[in-house]
Amino acid sequence: MSAHSGAVGKASAGRRGKDRGFQLGLLFCVAVSVVLLAVLLVDVVADGVGRLSWDFISSFTSISADQAGIQAALWGTIWLMGVCAAFIVPVGVATAIYLEEYADSTKWWNRLIEVNIQNLAAVPSIVYGILGLAFLVRGPLSLGNVVLAGGLTLGLLVLPVVIIAGREAIRAVPPSIREGSMALGATQWQTIWRQVLPASIPGIATGVILALSRAIGETAPLIVIGAVTVIAFNPTGLDSPFTAMPIQIFDWISRPSNDVNDYRPLAAAGILLLMILLVAMNSVAIWLRNRYEQKW
Amino acid sequence: MPDQPVTEPQDKPQEEEGRGLSRSIGVRAQGPAGAPAIDGLPPQKKKAREPIFDLEDVQVSYGPKPAVRGVSFDIGRNEITALIGPSGCGKSTLIRCLNRMNDLIPTARVEGRVLYHGQDLYGPGVDAVEVRKRIGMVFQKPNPFPKSIFDNIAFGPRVLGMKGSMDEIVERALTHAALWDEVKDRLKTNAFGMSGGQQQRLCIARCLAVEPDVILMDEPCSALDPISTGKIEDLMINLKQEYSIVIVTHNMQQAARVSDKTAFFTVELDDEEHRSGRVVEFDDTEKIFTNPSDSRTEAYVTGKVG
Amino acid sequence: MEAGATAAAKSRAEAPSLRAARRRWGEDLIKAFLILAAFISILTTTGIVVSLVGETISFFGEVGVGDYLFGTEWSPLFEPASFGVLPLVLGTFLISAVAMLVAVPLGLAAAIYLSEYAHPRVRKIIKPILELLAGVPTIVFGYFALTFFTPEVLRGLFGSDVAIFNGISAGIIIGFLIVPTVASISEDSMSAVPQSLREGAFGLGAAKLQVTMRVVFPAALSGIVASVVLGFSRAVGETMVVVIAAGLQPQWGLNLFKAMETMTAFIAATGKGDIPTGSIEYKTIFAVGTTLFVITLIMNLISIRFVRKYRQVYE
Repeated sequence: MSAHSGAVGKASAGRRGKDRGFQLGLLFCVAVSVVLLAVLLVDVVADGVGRLSWDFISSFTSISADQAGIQAALWGTIWLMGVCAAFIVPVGVATAIYLEEYADSTKWWNRLIEVNIQNLAAVPSIVYGILGLAFLVRGPLSLGNVVLAGGLTLGLLVLPVVIIAGREAIRAVPPSIREGSMALGATQWQTIWRQVLPASIPGIATGVILALSRAIGETAPLIVIGAVTVIAFNPTGLDSPFTAMPIQIFDWISRPSNDVNDYRPLAAAGILLLMILLVAMNSVAIWLRNRYEQKW
Repeated sequence: MPDQPVTEPQDKPQEEEGRGLSRSIGVRAQGPAGAPAIDGLPPQKKKAREPIFDLEDVQVSYGPKPAVRGVSFDIGRNEITALIGPSGCGKSTLIRCLNRMNDLIPTARVEGRVLYHGQDLYGPGVDAVEVRKRIGMVFQKPNPFPKSIFDNIAFGPRVLGMKGSMDEIVERALTHAALWDEVKDRLKTNAFGMSGGQQQRLCIARCLAVEPDVILMDEPCSALDPISTGKIEDLMINLKQEYSIVIVTHNMQQAARVSDKTAFFTVELDDEEHRSGRVVEFDDTEKIFTNPSDSRTEAYVTGKVG
Repeated sequence: MEAGATAAAKSRAEAPSLRAARRRWGEDLIKAFLILAAFISILTTTGIVVSLVGETISFFGEVGVGDYLFGTEWSPLFEPASFGVLPLVLGTFLISAVAMLVAVPLGLAAAIYLSEYAHPRVRKIIKPILELLAGVPTIVFGYFALTFFTPEVLRGLFGSDVAIFNGISAGIIIGFLIVPTVASISEDSMSAVPQSLREGAFGLGAAKLQVTMRVVFPAALSGIVASVVLGFSRAVGETMVVVIAAGLQPQWGLNLFKAMETMTAFIAATGKGDIPTGSIEYKTIFAVGTTLFVITLIMNLISIRFVRKYRQVYE
């Protein structure tokens, strides 16, 4: 008996050691990712915070690094987000409503739509740039390098995010609510418009903000559709040429710095401003979710 | 109003087992004249029985297999008709045919005839939305909307385009549902803050607000405590003066307490070895519980079978 | 008032017309609009395929398919031009492989830790950090790779053998970028494993390490594989980090410490200029784009299959 218990005792100590070692290993890996993020943030802040100022926001870009600013890109981004939102909200919500409330999921065409959306969510963003170039900027619509083309390209890119979030929000509304409404003599659309949608709005809004958060930082599609990098005016309409914050940042990164002009702090400051916008948007999303989320 | 079981003196040994049973579960031998009147409703008048629903060999299937078949009985005006029987025998399936709620299930198929005031509910050109305006439903689990009490009641009248002051409509509905006094000071608060029993009476008020002809109730008290159950049973008895009510219930005593007619359902194996529900017996409630014609009915109401 | 209400109900009951007063046009119109909206997603895919395939076919009118698919020299803008795409594909795969060497261990470790070991309070801190990592725009990672990682870390370790634009820096940084993708899908998959499986193993006397690696991990395998495949697909499709940090010189070789060009970087660099529609340069964008799209499509479909498999088993 005692010989056995001794052997068991030893094995479990060794095993516990292995367990502890494994857990520490996991923690170490997690720490590596956390540390990298921290170093990245510190690096960007260190490089850019000095240059971030009201002048920076209110000036236009220039060859002279001291005088350059991000105003045109900032307004370009705002215009792009406006067009993007105006597109993804109706189309995304309508698609989500169709798939959740009207579509018979046994029919092959509805399943095709679903798989298609899942696939579109994983297509590289630069391919959307090619799509925009071929159909919106040139080709059939030939809009040119304008705000409308840029906004729609970004809209197509992030549309799956809105559809997926919208579907989840609509699905979360219990069937009993729909039954109660229809049993009173309401039509299907009356039920959706007056019961299901109002209850889904917090989830949908969160999804839209998530989508815009992705769109705001996208550079590759805008490069391909030809967003110009040196623009010294704000957009005046949907048919204006434009630049955007990621494009401007990319331009400053790409310019070689020399003794006269150091563009790196400009790029870093632009990045900082972009991150601040992102934090603001996500805070709104989190606040929305906490304040308005429906608990059934 | 709680029921007092009437105790029988022990010096009548020849009394039928059934009669003794019916007393102990409190069957109302007389009509509901003794029930407390609720504001605004005219007193009960005796009149000839008018059927408003006529079911002729109704069969409902989900997919290929029938869930309930061979249902033929009628439902009378200003009566409470109870559908009783063990679980899974198609009572809920059948009641959902009466307001075309089965339309919401894609695989559901209804055969036979469901006549409402002589018209086939499933006839061509019949609009299910119009049907539901006249035949309302209260569900097993109270399902108030995530809105204020006022907006819950006002929802139906608004979408149906009913004319009149919404305040008056809401007050009238809540009064009919015996809820007005309890909530009149907090109409704008969220309905989710109410207790279960109040929520169910809210759902009844919501149903009443669109002025239906018939009220269907699918086990309305099964999620509620006994006191709330009692309040709703009293409410039902008062409501039948103006509406016709069909109630599905698992609770035999409830059926015996409130209903005028009762249909007893059971599950059977049919020719192809499928289980499906059917109506065994349909008669006056008193007869079903004191002197049922079918032995299966007797087995169920005396508690021999579950 | 009461009599009026009762009378209304009675009149409706006595002469009920069960037909709708008029046909509900509005409902049909709305349904048509909704279907149209849903159709836009189909149109998007169709548009992508049509635009890519159309110009690619036109491209192959000028360049031989064999030259394209098997050539090892990519210099489309020089005289004489050469259109062998293999250097771009190799560059893409090398960098993506490096990325996976980083992302898979770190991502899986995070997933295992969060799913099996982490205290709820620790989870509450780490999950948002991973979401933050996922939310940083890729251009920021590109900036970091070029201005910090290459000069400070790589050159610090390996000296000036490391070119300022190099593949390994881009690869490692892309790896970090993908960690949240691998971690979240794998963690989802592991959390879906029923607790009863773990309890069964613990009941037999297994230690936590064994339960995790021999019971939970294999049970969650299809979701984990899905996350890796999806992560690889993302690495292949990543543009900004490689454009900024890996350089724009196509390389037919394995030296990760030099500049190398990926498919995405080529498309971005070429698209940046004002290329006349229909020129050979314009068409190269589409040819390389098609190659990229096909590769990621195959990987995405494989990944979707694996996700469906793991969802089916437990739900």
